[in-house]
Amino acid sequence: MAENMVLRGKAHVFGDDVNTDYIISGKYKFKTLDMDELARHCMEDLDPDFVNKVRPGDFIVAGGNFGCGSSREQAPLVIKHAGVAAVLARSFARIFFRNAINKGLPVVECDTSGIRDGDELEVDLGEGRVTNLTRGTVLEMVPLPPVMMDILREGGLTAYLRKHGGFRL
Amino acid sequence: MGLTIAEKIFSAHLGREARAGELVVVEVDFMMGQDGTSPLAIRAFEEMGGRRVRDPSRVALVIDHSAPSPLEGVSNLHAMMRRFAAEQGVGLYDVGCGVCHCLLPEQGHVVPGDIVVGADSHTTTYGAINAFSTGVGSTDLAAAMLSGSLWFKVPESIRLELRGTLGPGVYSKDVALYLAGRLTADGATYLAVEYGGEVISSLSVEARFTISNMAVEMGAKAGLMEADDKVMGWLSGRTSRAPRPASPDPDATYRDVLEFDLSDLGPQVAVPHRVDDVRPVEEVEGTPVQEAVIGTCTNGRLEDLEEAARILAGRRVSPEVRLVVAPASRQVLLRAMEKGIIQRLVEAGAALVTPGCGPCVGTHNGVPADGENVVSTANRNFKGRMGNAEAFIYLASPATVAASAVAGKITDPRRML
Ligand code: SF4
Repeated sequence: MAENMVLRGKAHVFGDDVNTDYIISGKYKFKTLDMDELARHCMEDLDPDFVNKVRPGDFIVAGGNFGCGSSREQAPLVIKHAGVAAVLARSFARIFFRNAINKGLPVVECDTSGIRDGDELEVDLGEGRVTNLTRGTVLEMVPLPPVMMDILREGGLTAYLRKHGGFRL
Repeated sequence: MGLTIAEKIFSAHLGREARAGELVVVEVDFMMGQDGTSPLAIRAFEEMGGRRVRDPSRVALVIDHSAPSPLEGVSNLHAMMRRFAAEQGVGLYDVGCGVCHCLLPEQGHVVPGDIVVGADSHTTTYGAINAFSTGVGSTDLAAAMLSGSLWFKVPESIRLELRGTLGPGVYSKDVALYLAGRLTADGATYLAVEYGGEVISSLSVEARFTISNMAVEMGAKAGLMEADDKVMGWLSGRTSRAPRPASPDPDATYRDVLEFDLSDLGPQVAVPHRVDDVRPVEEVEGTPVQEAVIGTCTNGRLEDLEEAARILAGRRVSPEVRLVVAPASRQVLLRAMEKGIIQRLVEAGAALVTPGCGPCVGTHNGVPADGENVVSTANRNFKGRMGNAEAFIYLASPATVAASAVAGKITDPRRML
């Protein structure tokens, strides 16, 4: 993660309140732990074509309360396995937010209202800045709590705990 | 300045004053995973290099979401949970024991003042007995099993004062739905909700669980109530653990204090596909339904079945409707059998399924067909929630669901009291 704090890709724009059932339906997630298999159904109920359109390194961009609903960690995992580099939203549901960081999926809280589908974005996690290359605008992101930044830097909570053996604040 | 319930509980765990906004690491008193989340937690635990669960007596794994298993893939994940539970000596509630959120308090695992994490979003339920309980993901659960503790940001709180007296045919579910409608699906994100006022005091502990259960539908991290005499009475005989009740200080600092007078509140219905799109039942009366569901961690307790049976007694479920009843636990099923409730429900035409999540999350037990309407006592009506994105889910109280099952269309239960 540390060497890859600047991300560049295309925006796939969704609306408010994208819940975890939309990200990955419960009817699939109970069957398997194979995330590549599950990733084929990512966002299926909102946009059946999403998995075909998304390219590795692209971003999901959404409005408020992204990831509301269940605590399923499959949600950030399938997003990651679908090739998405980061999720940008005006706000996140807290369990999703925590899960994403724990799984090493960057989540960026910022004012997403000016981003249009297909815009080319550059996300600089270290600097806390999003540049909309298509529109020439710059957005500030809400900074992560330090413990989350540390977990993200290690690539997720598993690696963090393997390294530190416990939580360090 | 004084402290909120959440701040009191974190302070007690830290042995010093903790204020909203602080990042803290605390001991977790109890932790839980269900069959949709435990397999990933077990995998994360192993990947973290975990050998032994820090304190197996503080862990329970519950097989409730797809139980009994409908598919070989699910069966293998269940087997993985059984194996892990046996190796580690942690508690396992297998097929038929019930829904995690009914079981944990019922079996005495949670007491006032606890900090509890569950790898399931509705872990907020135990806030009704004054526990700071919150949903986490599988990796956080793994971390808690491994280290016995977890990091938190002590949340700010919002206080809801619920005034007045609920009328006949109006239940705690109607209150929970009404509040979700008023506060909206992200109205309490990152916040703890504190519920107080005479509406809460007048409710049974079982009815209160329904309200804390749905705190997460407003985005809340916890849905806390005080441990009054009813809570202490409810706990007695269930647990050997000592409660450490936490009351808010009169001068506690809240993000917001909101008052609602609920005396005129009628039955409420959340309409597809949003939990916060809540209408008075009059506005949706007459909507035809093909499936009705009574159960889930929101409304599958004894009182809920009893309320439904009262309406169904001497009546028949409409031939147009499939009524699925899932008691929330084996204990609920047994008590409901003793009291003749099950007899009445089944005689009226209900289909009884295994104690557990029932059809709530769309894995089995009643997936609706394309274009069908479902009226359910569950807590979520997202598109696709019950396994079919072409179906429409309405959420209501057990009484409203029972009345609607009889009439074949959404019906004000006050017509059948
Ligand atoms: S009953 Fe429904 S909401 Fe409750 S734990 Fe089970 S699946 Fe989740």
